Amino acid sequence: MKAIESFEVPAPPKVNYINAQYGLKSWLLTRDHKRIALLYLVSITFFFFIGGIYALMIRLELLTPQGDFLQSTTYNKVFTQHGIIMIFFFLIPSIPATLGNFLIPMMIGAKDLAFPRINLLSWYIYILGGVVTIYALLAGGVDTGWTFYTPYSTTFSNSYVVATGLGIFINGFSSILTGLNFIVTIHTMRAPGMTWFRLPLFIWSHYATSLIMILGTPVIAITILLLAFERLSGVGIFNPARGGDPVLFQHLFWFYSHPAVYIMVLPSMGVISELIANFSRKNIFGYSFVAFSSLAIAVFGFLVWGHHLFVTSQSVYAGMIFSFLSFAVAIPSAIKVFNWTATLYKSSIIYDTPMLFGLGFIGLFTIGGMTGLFLASLGTDVHLSDTYFVVAHFHYIMVGGALMGYLGGLHYWWPKISGRMYPEGWGRFSALVIYVGFNLTFLPQFVAGYLGMPRRYHAYPPEFQVFNVLSTAGASILGFGMLIPAIYFVWSMRYGKHAEPNPWHLPGLEWRTSSPPPTENFAVTPIVTWDAYEFAPPEETEVVGRFRPELERI
Amino acid sequence: MSSEATTAEVHGHRALQHHFANMEQQREAGTLGMWVFLVTELMFFGGMFLAYTLYRSMYPAAFASASNHLDIKLGTLNTVVLIMSSFTMAMAVYFTQMGRQRRQVICLVLTLLLGLTFLGVKGVEYYDKYEDRLIPGHLIPGRSFDPEVQKEGEPPDHHKLHLLPGATKDNVEMFYWIYFAMTGMHALHMIIGAGLLTFLLIFSLRGRFDPEYHSPVEVIGLYWHFVDIIWIFLFPLLYLLGRHFEHG
Repeated sequence: MKAIESFEVPAPPKVNYINAQYGLKSWLLTRDHKRIALLYLVSITFFFFIGGIYALMIRLELLTPQGDFLQSTTYNKVFTQHGIIMIFFFLIPSIPATLGNFLIPMMIGAKDLAFPRINLLSWYIYILGGVVTIYALLAGGVDTGWTFYTPYSTTFSNSYVVATGLGIFINGFSSILTGLNFIVTIHTMRAPGMTWFRLPLFIWSHYATSLIMILGTPVIAITILLLAFERLSGVGIFNPARGGDPVLFQHLFWFYSHPAVYIMVLPSMGVISELIANFSRKNIFGYSFVAFSSLAIAVFGFLVWGHHLFVTSQSVYAGMIFSFLSFAVAIPSAIKVFNWTATLYKSSIIYDTPMLFGLGFIGLFTIGGMTGLFLASLGTDVHLSDTYFVVAHFHYIMVGGALMGYLGGLHYWWPKISGRMYPEGWGRFSALVIYVGFNLTFLPQFVAGYLGMPRRYHAYPPEFQVFNVLSTAGASILGFGMLIPAIYFVWSMRYGKHAEPNPWHLPGLEWRTSSPPPTENFAVTPIVTWDAYEFAPPEETEVVGRFRPELERI
Repeated sequence: MSSEATTAEVHGHRALQHHFANMEQQREAGTLGMWVFLVTELMFFGGMFLAYTLYRSMYPAAFASASNHLDIKLGTLNTVVLIMSSFTMAMAVYFTQMGRQRRQVICLVLTLLLGLTFLGVKGVEYYDKYEDRLIPGHLIPGRSFDPEVQKEGEPPDHHKLHLLPGATKDNVEMFYWIYFAMTGMHALHMIIGAGLLTFLLIFSLRGRFDPEYHSPVEVIGLYWHFVDIIWIFLFPLLYLLGRHFEHG
């Protein structure tokens, strides 16, 4: 317990990673994982707002049953580009590249990631991929849907398929390099005494995410490459007219793109584990179950892609197995939700902004997960395939899950990242607005989809209008809710209250250094002698004493 | 560990990066990083192996005909060249660990030359395919896929494609896009490998590597062996499978 005490009092730092060097060059050539995380933060926020504008255009068009705001071809491009930008350029890098990049070395007591130059390279690759994609969007856009199904994408589409594909292909390398860096760092860079079972759950879920990144991303890379090859050379790789098999494309595509959903949501689950344990001041219930469920999700996640092919020529027997496995992947997800709720039981919950997002995640993710089971069953999927039910389901996972975790984590670690506090009142207000706006947007879509409204059309029968009006109203509230944190985070960098090293009074390693941390994270490499979430048992309060008011002044 | 190693660890080796505690940790990270990268490479090639498996089982006769048309002598030569280069690469790692710089340089030069030989032979093979109009689709403008087919009773001509019963020209094209995609990707990896070897050679001539610091040689060696192993799978799948339909 002595080790904890020796890290209780970091000297107030004069030099931290932000003011260590000045000038644009010091940022663009940095190898500091914390600065690279900030570079990512700025760039993914940029892409998030582009994707958001597309989302609002979709909702505006669907306000009325007629196609009066966008033409059908434009609408096809808008929803395609919304998907591509949000998935490949926002959701996939969101938590890993920003919070993961910033926190993994700090949480395990390392000075940096194992390969700092590769880390910087991954950001440049991301930017290059982004530039190529934006070029494709400006040149005329792409209208295939983010799934690029063949033979439409290879033979019939008259849009910038190859250029967009190239952007995604390039961007994939950034994801691979991030995953590679995380795996090596977690294996080789842990501080003395930081055993695997003392790692925060945030690290476990990032480890599982990284496994998916390195195993899945190369498969989408070769798939896109073959797609471009077919489009450029005219051979029938996926074209049935020339001997190819379009379903092979779907298998290859979903082999990555289904696990990609777990790339988006697993890091978020890691954030939620941190939030739930820390804001209820209690050790997480069933640490090893939560840790291993992340790995189980990564493994099972690779075996369920066939549930996207229930309405293709895939054999019914394969369909039955994929259906069974899709149900099976719900088990580790449920383990997490149950363990989080069990952690909350009889704890002293602190309802600060991060925790509000965390609790929001549990509710929304549960709805998203349960509706996923409708789609995993062979029978109901035939009815619900390609309807708004599917759209609502995956938005509950991606926005209700991944985005809530991202925002919760950003608020939680903002004092560490920026050295300033965000305004708590506005934070709680924005969490509430986002929660209400989100549900108002996507709950009606479940009903519309169940009643048969198909996705990807710019016009629809008038009886669905009521659901779409509700949905558009919700999207406006959601968009407004997103603007509030964007404004106050920027505001807080200059005017926010100075943050203490440990504003939430928590035991994790990242709170045992100054805010913002120095370039090498810790003055002395820490020696870890405690478990993650080891909150003081009553008899040890004197030694650990993190909750004694006199210590809070430090 | 010898006594010099301990001294180097205390004072820090000149190649030790600031965020590692010691050379051992740095080496371990580098090696693990390359292994993880090779796993991604395996998945990347895996997509094409899947396509190969699927289409070969759909069009066995066409694949056998196309496979017979490949030059088995050049293919075998290239296989031998690559296995030899893997041997010299392994020796380069060994001599680096032993601290014998001259032999290390010789082995790296040999590896590079063998790699370039492979690429040269591959180039000859590609040119033959170009001559026989076997480049798939309209990848080469004005020279789309259109091989001459050997007719019944004609004298054998190695420029003409001999179709086995059940094979069509269209399905032979399916073989050739796989052939060019897989060997092309493999050749690209060889070119990158040759670049990496050149980089190693320059640093090796400057005497950067020693028994304490040799992980770049080791890590690039791993990559080189991996690229060789891909070829060890490509050779039988593309050149050998189905030859007995024609020859025996």
